[in-house]
Amino acid sequence: MSEKYLKLSGLEPLVVKPNTNFVNVGERTNVTGSRKFLRLIEEDNFTAALEVAREQVINGAQIIDVNMDEGMIDGVEAMTRFLNLLQAEPDIARVPIMIDSSKWEIIEAGLKVVQGKCVVNSISLKEGEEVFFQQAKTIKRYGAAVIIMAFDETGQADTLDRRIEICKRSYDLLVDQVGFPPQDIIFDPNIFPVGTGMEEHRTNALDFFKATKWIRENLPHVNISGGVSNVSFSFRGNNHVREAMHSAFLYHAIQHGMTMGIVNPTLLEIYSDIPKKLLTYVEDVLLDRRDDATERLLVYSEQVKGNRKAKTKDDLSWRKEDLQGRITHALVRGIDAHLDEDVEEARQLVDRPIQVIEQFLMNGMNVVGDLFGSGQMFLPQVVKSARVMKKAVAYLLPYIEEQKDSKQEAAGKILLATVKGDVHDIGKNIVGVVLGCNNYEIIDLGVMVPPEKIIQTAIEKQVDIIGLSGLITPSLDEMVYVAQELERTNSSVPLLIGGATTSRAHTAVKIDPVYNHSVVHVNDASRAVTVVSQLLQKDQESVYRQSVKDDYATFRKNFQKRKDSKTYIPLLDAREQKFKVDWDSNPPVKPKQLGVQVIDQQDLSVLVDYIDWSPFFRTWDLHGKYPDILNDQVVGEQAKSLFEDAQLLLQQIIDGNWLTAKAVFGLFPANSNTADEIEIYADENRKEPVHKFISLRQQGKKAKGKPYFALADFVAPKGTDDYVGCFCVTSGFGSDALAKRFEDNNDMYNNIMVKALADRLAEAFAEYLHKKVRIEHWGYQPDEQFSNESLIQEKYCGIRPAPGYPACPDHLEKNTIWDLLDVSNAIGVTLTESLAMWPAASVSGYYFAHPEARYFGLGKMEKDQLIDYGQRRNIGLDEAEKWLRPNLNE
Amino acid sequence: MSNLKSILKDRILVLDGAMGTMLQNYAFQEKDFRGKRFADFPVSLQGNNDLLSLTQPQAIKDIHVKYFAAGADIVETNTFSSTSIAMADYQMEKLAYELNYESAKLAKEVADLFTAKEPQKPRFVAGSIGPTNKTASLSPDVNDPGFRAITFDQLVEAYSEQTEALLDGGADILLVETIFDTLNAKAALFAIEAVKESRKLDVPVMVSGTITDASGRTLSGQTAEAFLISLSHVDLLSVGFNCALGADQLMPYVERLGRNTDAYISVHPNAGLPNAFGAYDQTPEKMKEMIRPYLEKNLVNIIGGCCGTGPEHIRQIAELTSTFSPRKHVV
Repeated sequence: MSEKYLKLSGLEPLVVKPNTNFVNVGERTNVTGSRKFLRLIEEDNFTAALEVAREQVINGAQIIDVNMDEGMIDGVEAMTRFLNLLQAEPDIARVPIMIDSSKWEIIEAGLKVVQGKCVVNSISLKEGEEVFFQQAKTIKRYGAAVIIMAFDETGQADTLDRRIEICKRSYDLLVDQVGFPPQDIIFDPNIFPVGTGMEEHRTNALDFFKATKWIRENLPHVNISGGVSNVSFSFRGNNHVREAMHSAFLYHAIQHGMTMGIVNPTLLEIYSDIPKKLLTYVEDVLLDRRDDATERLLVYSEQVKGNRKAKTKDDLSWRKEDLQGRITHALVRGIDAHLDEDVEEARQLVDRPIQVIEQFLMNGMNVVGDLFGSGQMFLPQVVKSARVMKKAVAYLLPYIEEQKDSKQEAAGKILLATVKGDVHDIGKNIVGVVLGCNNYEIIDLGVMVPPEKIIQTAIEKQVDIIGLSGLITPSLDEMVYVAQELERTNSSVPLLIGGATTSRAHTAVKIDPVYNHSVVHVNDASRAVTVVSQLLQKDQESVYRQSVKDDYATFRKNFQKRKDSKTYIPLLDAREQKFKVDWDSNPPVKPKQLGVQVIDQQDLSVLVDYIDWSPFFRTWDLHGKYPDILNDQVVGEQAKSLFEDAQLLLQQIIDGNWLTAKAVFGLFPANSNTADEIEIYADENRKEPVHKFISLRQQGKKAKGKPYFALADFVAPKGTDDYVGCFCVTSGFGSDALAKRFEDNNDMYNNIMVKALADRLAEAFAEYLHKKVRIEHWGYQPDEQFSNESLIQEKYCGIRPAPGYPACPDHLEKNTIWDLLDVSNAIGVTLTESLAMWPAASVSGYYFAHPEARYFGLGKMEKDQLIDYGQRRNIGLDEAEKWLRPNLNE
Repeated sequence: MSNLKSILKDRILVLDGAMGTMLQNYAFQEKDFRGKRFADFPVSLQGNNDLLSLTQPQAIKDIHVKYFAAGADIVETNTFSSTSIAMADYQMEKLAYELNYESAKLAKEVADLFTAKEPQKPRFVAGSIGPTNKTASLSPDVNDPGFRAITFDQLVEAYSEQTEALLDGGADILLVETIFDTLNAKAALFAIEAVKESRKLDVPVMVSGTITDASGRTLSGQTAEAFLISLSHVDLLSVGFNCALGADQLMPYVERLGRNTDAYISVHPNAGLPNAFGAYDQTPEKMKEMIRPYLEKNLVNIIGGCCGTGPEHIRQIAELTSTFSPRKHVV
């Protein structure tokens, strides 16, 4: 009758009986494992993506693993769509589906669209019993089997005892408390790489075998699965060895009770066809039979790698190469026999011993990095290279210390952490070893490190670089969060991002923009050395840091261009998901002085402290941040000279009252309405609005739960008395005449200078006035104390967005401000027909006081909003389109 | 319902026959369907058989009486299409709870009457939970195979409401039947399990799939075994097949189910295949002979009729089954 076998179904059944052969799970429909599949999904080419699935079934996959965990795609949507389409293909849908995700909502989305009995891959005790219990119960209710990873609250099982402990505990909880059918449980006791060169990895395969055996003997009815290709991770690039290792691993794993697994059939050698010698070497490694097992396999793998000349230790021909060639060779091969003589020779050639490291050794390490990056070197070799490096550094150290004046520039403190919620640390540890061997001090915080701890340690230990690692997809979000927290805490420490699911794209698009300082995606350990050294090289760091920043900005721009085709939601949906301010816990503050006020003549000297100089230099095509730019290696000298001239002219302007600064601003009772508008009232009766600010709402599709901003969100709806402000400042009166005077004297330098300074003064005035409004006129932040620098970084409470800028690209709003404040009569600033302000050195905008108000970019919007906007603005569609064209998704 | 389970150990239980076929005899017209209450309802209501539980309750009761009198142990409530999803065709989504509640109440009243009269043969009410008119794993649009007219969550919501109402009305059993898309049935079971949990109630659940043709698969493409596996996560009272085919054609698939499950086996076939006029002309005697091999082979625990069967079919089947012992299963 019906014994307790694992039974799954697609359109047809799959029953795993004791005599069933190893169940082969197809792995190609996995965005984290297949670049091709990822590309197809990203390109929205689901038709071709289905072919990937079909091919696997034709090639014998009995279950198809489907994974859509990629930071840049909407996993729920992609999983649902792919599985829906798959159901319509009977020759694919006949096999059961393995729904693979580290995100619960993606798993659940998959379970909701498949009629057959699926496998969920995976859940674990990582987040504790409560979550585990709930997820298991829900999976049971959907009618799926489940893979349980050997994880718990303290981390991933990496020893035999831990594997047993966690699997036993999981089993007992599932069977006894959830009532989960034991035959529907599949354990994944973690397949980790062997042959990494690290002592603690030697028993990785053996521990898996033993754990498998123990589980099968002690936990009735369960199955065992795993991702086989992990085991040969260190031998990337050498498929000959990998194929042999996979099949030898499977051979032993199946003997020990493994019943199913994720295997790429094209990377699988037939066990009996493995050359005897290779099999011996591979099994020596897998079964940890010899101390030199890894070494021997490496030597052998070099030999079988084809035509590349295998140089034995006795082959000393490389000694005939030039000095750099010898040092590089020693590093690449990990040979330290002749190291001292080569390093000494190099030392004699340079001025300062540190240059041996910076030049000869780093050149060699770069070669190592390239070879490893292109899969031509394996991890253990890289670790050996790093050791040689360390020996070389040790030889040089006494000489470096002897020259007290020479800064030890290559050394630095590096904090490494696997982010919260993630337990994978192989990659991070290797980066630690390699960097450590390169004379960096490593502060390794381990795994599942909360952001507070990362930041606190970074501050306490004054680290030079923070390296974040993660392998599972949710870590991507966590990394973004850490970056935000670093930004929030005013950190400037460069951030390295690494780990399997991280990408240059994600780093550029998601992480880099939230952190004002360096963020570098580092995809391998060797490159980490290069990147770290460049980040910390004192005389070049700023250039490098800026170049990385620029690089990512360019990447981001291109990426966004590409993505802009079809990711918008309807206006009404966006309105439903507007940003919701908690008005109750943070009620609006009534301004101390309502109404319009005018400043006829502002003392310019007061404004000088509020000037943000960086844009001034940009005006002159000198790029860099003030005051660093003054000492910039490339532009520093020019910057200094320019700055001196500017100071001189500025003082003359102030002393001679050559420019006149004026302002008008007003604070009004206001409420938002449901049409994304801010209604302005004449008085507190709030009867009929006298004016309306019309705001635009973001429509670019965001992650679930993220709000779609409009400026109106920052003003309370009716029922809560709220207020809004607006302003116009200028420092431009007199600048045209002055500029003309310089021009007439053929002094274009000062002509431009006057305008540039007037612009800076206007911005400074806007900043100064905003502060006065916060402290005095509105008075919602009466105790505010901020340095000028933090003002520029917009650290205060409340915002002053300006029409024509990202949050409000609609220049027509200036008309409303002009009407409301009677700007033209009050201070004489007028609007051109294109709604540019005259004098040019003027700034206008709104004031939003609420602490949750923030700057955002509207981005592109859809036609539905354009139509809605035209009606609200009471203008024709053509005119609406004219004003908002840059923001239309066309 | 330990009573039900212990009876099932001893004998084969008889399920009733078709409701729709019986109602055809009444030849109700539009005004009959409407009754007083829906006289001014904006859309045509003729053909909304489930509505008759509200507008012609006596007719429904009479049919239940006829089946019980013919020897049925279990009658099905007149709620095959009483989900908010199926009722949307008549703009009657909001009536879903009431329809299920009243239908269950009607059937229960009749059942209690018979049980009081013949305590040695207690009668049961199975709340009929149909497939709805939308499929969660098939696209209605051939040009857009990824499209779905209904989602799992929407089905769960509708089925939850139906389940609650059937139980409130007094149903003893829940019967998820005529399953042609297993995903719809999974949604129904998902809803039922949640209701059972929140009510701390162990109501027996029967499921019955539909093999659409000689391919031996459900409409959504599953084989009998795959269908069974897909629903085996729930502790089912019985699993079986109904509708679409006659008893003779269904037998191989019922046999396959039996080989692979510990649950009781049910079958309620049509009275053969429809003739050229869409009517079923398999006589009660003929159908009885088609059922006989099931009994001789000890294949079933619950047997009844679907489309085209009437009280006379059920009487013949009941008489026949009383002389056979039920399928034994290992528990």
